[in-house]
Amino acid sequence: MSIENTEFRPKIVAFCCNWCSYAGADLAGSSRLVYPADVKIIRVPCSCRVNPMFILRAFEKGADGVIMCGCHPGDCHYSTGNYYARRRMTLLFSMLDFIGVENGRTRVEWVSAAEGVKFSQTMNEFAEKIHSLGKNVRLEDLRCRKN
Amino acid sequence: MQRIGVFVCHCGSNIAATVDVKKVVEMAKLEPGVVHAEDYQYMCSEAGQAKIDAAIKEKGLTGMVVCSCSPRMHETTFRKAAERAGLNPYMVEIANIREHCSWIHKDMEEATKKAVILMRAAVAKVNLNAPLQPGESRVTKRALVIGGGIAGIQTAIDIADAGYEVDIVEKEPSIGGRMSQIDKTFPTLDCSACILTPKMVEASAHEKITLYTYSEVEKVSGFVGDFTVDIRKKARSVDMDKCTGCGVCQEKCPSKKTPSEFNRGLSNRSAIYTPFAQAIPNVPVIDREHCIKFKTGKCGVCSKVCQAGAIDYDQKDEIITQKYGAIVVATGFDMIKLDKYDEYAYNQSPDVITSLELERIMNAAGPTKGHLERMSDHKAPKKMVFVQCVGSRCSDERGKSYCSKICCMYTAKHAMLIRDKYPDVDVTVFYIDVRTPGKNFDEFYRRAVEEYGVHYIKGQVGKVVPQENGQLLVQASDLLDNKQILMEADMVVLAAAIEPNPDVRKIATMLTASIDTNNFLTEAHAKLRPVESPTAGIFLSGVCQGPKDIPETVSQAGAAAVKAIGLLAKDKLMTNPCTAKPDELLCNGCSTCANVCPYGAISYIDKEVNDHGIREVRRIAQVNSALCQGCGACTVACPSGSMDLQGFSNRQILAEVDAICR
Repeated sequence: MSIENTEFRPKIVAFCCNWCSYAGADLAGSSRLVYPADVKIIRVPCSCRVNPMFILRAFEKGADGVIMCGCHPGDCHYSTGNYYARRRMTLLFSMLDFIGVENGRTRVEWVSAAEGVKFSQTMNEFAEKIHSLGKNVRLEDLRCRKN
Repeated sequence: MQRIGVFVCHCGSNIAATVDVKKVVEMAKLEPGVVHAEDYQYMCSEAGQAKIDAAIKEKGLTGMVVCSCSPRMHETTFRKAAERAGLNPYMVEIANIREHCSWIHKDMEEATKKAVILMRAAVAKVNLNAPLQPGESRVTKRALVIGGGIAGIQTAIDIADAGYEVDIVEKEPSIGGRMSQIDKTFPTLDCSACILTPKMVEASAHEKITLYTYSEVEKVSGFVGDFTVDIRKKARSVDMDKCTGCGVCQEKCPSKKTPSEFNRGLSNRSAIYTPFAQAIPNVPVIDREHCIKFKTGKCGVCSKVCQAGAIDYDQKDEIITQKYGAIVVATGFDMIKLDKYDEYAYNQSPDVITSLELERIMNAAGPTKGHLERMSDHKAPKKMVFVQCVGSRCSDERGKSYCSKICCMYTAKHAMLIRDKYPDVDVTVFYIDVRTPGKNFDEFYRRAVEEYGVHYIKGQVGKVVPQENGQLLVQASDLLDNKQILMEADMVVLAAAIEPNPDVRKIATMLTASIDTNNFLTEAHAKLRPVESPTAGIFLSGVCQGPKDIPETVSQAGAAAVKAIGLLAKDKLMTNPCTAKPDELLCNGCSTCANVCPYGAISYIDKEVNDHGIREVRRIAQVNSALCQGCGACTVACPSGSMDLQGFSNRQILAEVDAICR
């Protein structure tokens, strides 16, 4: 595509669970609550479907930030999925921190189907944070980079 | 290699106004596997679906991507269209370029760029999709209704009339709910009891309805069509079969100092009690917290006076386990607590009351036998002030942001009834807005103002101060005249906001039904599926879904019943084929997956496998696809990477990640 911005536009991957956060994102949309186009959403059945591998892969492929959203603790459609997700992400994020990936590049947020405003706010904040952190260079596999 | 068709929807101007759909089509044609791409005004319309049909048949498509609205909206529509054209419905993916793109971005270039990326991710996923076949599960032909107010009663009667068994679980000793506390109903001024009690009798006498009063739902497991529910029948301490409902025990009970919940604490009840005279079932319960026998071991008066020998101090809670195909939530509402509203002096003066308390005072069976009087000195009031929106439409933390919807109408009703019965009482209503939409509602309010001479003042009450002479000093503002008002009143009535029953959060968690920030249950679609929860098999009836009056509650109760009947009428349900599946060659039988599965869907078998020519018997995981709900917890837990989720496989999600980061 010819659309090329010289200004840094981060690549942000958002994993959203089907029942709460994806619906929250839909509500943000139908309420016309603006957030940056840098955020691209991947729908997963539950936050517990998010394999830490997916997040590492995103960084490897050049993502600058990854956010995972699920139902509020206690409200998981599958009862316990978000608890597993929370533990896995805690572990993964501390490991990423250890290897030098800034803490702010990853985030977990609980967004219910009724929280369109929260979804939009979260994405605005997160995009701003990634913008201030700049390009992810630590984990990107340069062989994966196009151009 | 797949043969993929990409269909880009304009959605009128919803998408096309901010996304260059032609550009998306053009870019789609460059994607691997895409053999066909086109755009159309409304893909979901009949003509749009005909285009999909034609393309599938003519181009021999093996997969398709629809770039349109959210999959939560039209995924089913497009899957059905694909199926009709002979394509497996699970070969369809949706790129959400409306809610997640066109509606939230203003810049066309930016939005188009994002839409292209979302399209690419969906194409990358479809490239790895495999046709899936849904399984079948059976439907238990029995419904559970949680809550025995007018919503629950109406839903239960409607389901039962269609010929299905229904159980009502009500936590109070009697069914009836809030409506049984109300004196008259707007806009017709029907006596509430006269229209409710026949319904209560009908429900209890219906051969298909079982009532579990003084009971609570304890545990829910299973899924649509096949829920298993544990109901805790709390110990009534009275044998329901023996009790004749004569009421002697209540008369003779020496412990009579417990505030009556039914009369909102305005009168006292005995420790053994039925909430109200028309209670169904007409069997009292012993409130063990206040009963002298349970507190000290000495008393036993009720047991002595009961001729039927129905009193049973040793009765224990009973757990009833029952299977249901559908569950209707009808848990209703309560008034908010007014502890945080010190300015209205609700806790300081007994003459400051809530509207529901006034309802009890006005009721002939209430604490004052229907005489309008002050609770402090039992004198008839001469001047009454009504305060609207106490905690409703509230911007701070103390109250609720929503409009409670019913207060404008019931306050008009109260004002009208008071002016009618006691023409010498002066009634003033302070309001922010008067909201009376509904059939014959505004006419009703106009009558209160024009015929009954109720004073309506637009303005908020800032403070209510109890005076030494027993009067209440009301400080308020008149927004239309732009002046401050100081007014003495004998009684102040607060239209407190309504909130969902506090128990609903616990119930929603058990049902895995979603709930919003105000604790109202979320509907599957605000406009098109207002009585269904997003969780299959759970239906919503009454105020648990949002504030509503009695006519609306009854219509929603009927609608919820119809949806439940529609489910119960089916013999079999198609199950979601997006279930977990282990790779037999990678599985080492470690049991990690079974430990994280919330549904107990994973078991282990010894099976002969052929691992690259080596034949041996191994212990491997096996997924019961009827039980698996497809959350994917096991796929991540699996240390050997054997477990994968069909429809959301590792490779599919990674392909999406790659496409987005490309």
